[in-house]
Amino acid sequence: MHEMGIAQSILDAVAAEMEKRPGAMPTRIGVRIGELAGVNPEALDFGFTALVLETDWAALKLEITSVPRRQRCLTCGNLFCVRDLEYECPACQSSQTTFAGGDELELDYLEVEENHDASPLTIQSP
Amino acid sequence: MTQVPLQSKVLSENQRIADSLRERFAANQVLCINLVSSPGSGKTTLLERTLEGFPPETRVAVLTGDIQTERDAERLARFGFPVKQITTGGICHLDGRMIERALADWPLEQLDLLLVENVGNLVCPSSYDLGEAAKVVVLSVTEGEEKPLKYPSMFFKSELLVLNKTDLLKYVPFDMNAAKENARKIHPEIEIIEVSSLTRDGMNEWFDWLNRKRHSFLAKLNTETSQPQQK
Repeated sequence: MHEMGIAQSILDAVAAEMEKRPGAMPTRIGVRIGELAGVNPEALDFGFTALVLETDWAALKLEITSVPRRQRCLTCGNLFCVRDLEYECPACQSSQTTFAGGDELELDYLEVEENHDASPLTIQSP
Repeated sequence: MTQVPLQSKVLSENQRIADSLRERFAANQVLCINLVSSPGSGKTTLLERTLEGFPPETRVAVLTGDIQTERDAERLARFGFPVKQITTGGICHLDGRMIERALADWPLEQLDLLLVENVGNLVCPSSYDLGEAAKVVVLSVTEGEEKPLKYPSMFFKSELLVLNKTDLLKYVPFDMNAAKENARKIHPEIEIIEVSSLTRDGMNEWFDWLNRKRHSFLAKLNTETSQPQQK
C-alpha cells in the first residue's frame, strides 16, 4: 500500500501549480496510470480523498485514467493494446513486437476555477 | 474554468533524486543493483552467499531495507564488507531519499558494487527508482509459478529473475517451465537463473550475471564519456 504516498505526491504537485495561480481554486486533477505501474486506482482514490480533507481544496476531485499495455509491431509498425497477455500483432500476426507503453504514473491536467476569491460568497456582510 | 496540461511524472521528486544518484554512481563507476521480492523469498540469504563468495578485497557494500529491526544488517555484516540497515518505520518500499541519506557518509569512490536489498513487497518497490543500474526480482519456488502474472509490474521492471530455493523443488508442486513462461509473458527479454542459496547450486550463474552486468555498465559509461554530446 504505497498509494497514500502517491496521493500525497499528487497533492504536492497541485500545491506547486496553485502557487503560480493566487486566488484560484483547483477542482479536478487528472492522472494516467498504466496497468504495469503497480498502483491500485481504488486505493489511490481512497488515499487521495482522505488527504484532500486536510487541505483547503475540499472540492478537488481525482480523475484516474487507466492505461492498458501497448505494443508496437516491428514488422508492420501497428500500435495495439495488449489483451489477455497476447503480444502477437493483430494486423499482421507477427510475433516480433516491442513494449510501447503501459507503465505510466503521470499527471495529466489540472482544472482550476480562476478568481475564486472574487466570488460573492466570500464577501463578508457588514 | 481553466484546464492546465501537466504532463509530468507523479513521482517527479523521487525521479529527480534517483537521477542524481544515478549520476553519482556513474561518476564513481559503482554498479548499483536493486533486489526486490516478496517477504521470505530469500533475498538476505542470497546476499549472504554472495558476500561469502567474494574475495575480501572486493569493493562491495550493502544497503538493506526493512520496516523494522536491524537483523538483516547484523546477518550481512559478518562477512566484513560495509553494510547499513535502512529502517523505514512502516513504509513499504525504499525511495531515493532513503538511499541518498544512507550514502551520505559512505565514500562511493571506494566501491565497485552496491547491492540494495529492498523491503520485502512484490508491489510497491516497483514504483520507486533508486538510481540503480538494474532491478533483480527474486521468486522462491514455494511462492507458486503464477506470481509474475499476479504481480506484473515487478517482473516487467526487473532485468533478471532469480528463481530461488530450488532445493525445495522435490517437496513443492512448482512448475518451473510455467514460471519462466509466465515471467516472459510479462517481460519477454527478462533473463532467468535458478539458484539455491542453501546448497549454493546456481550461484555461479548469479556471479556470472553480476560480472556481465558490471562489464556492460562500464562499457556503457565509456561510450558515453568518449562520445561527447553533439550540440
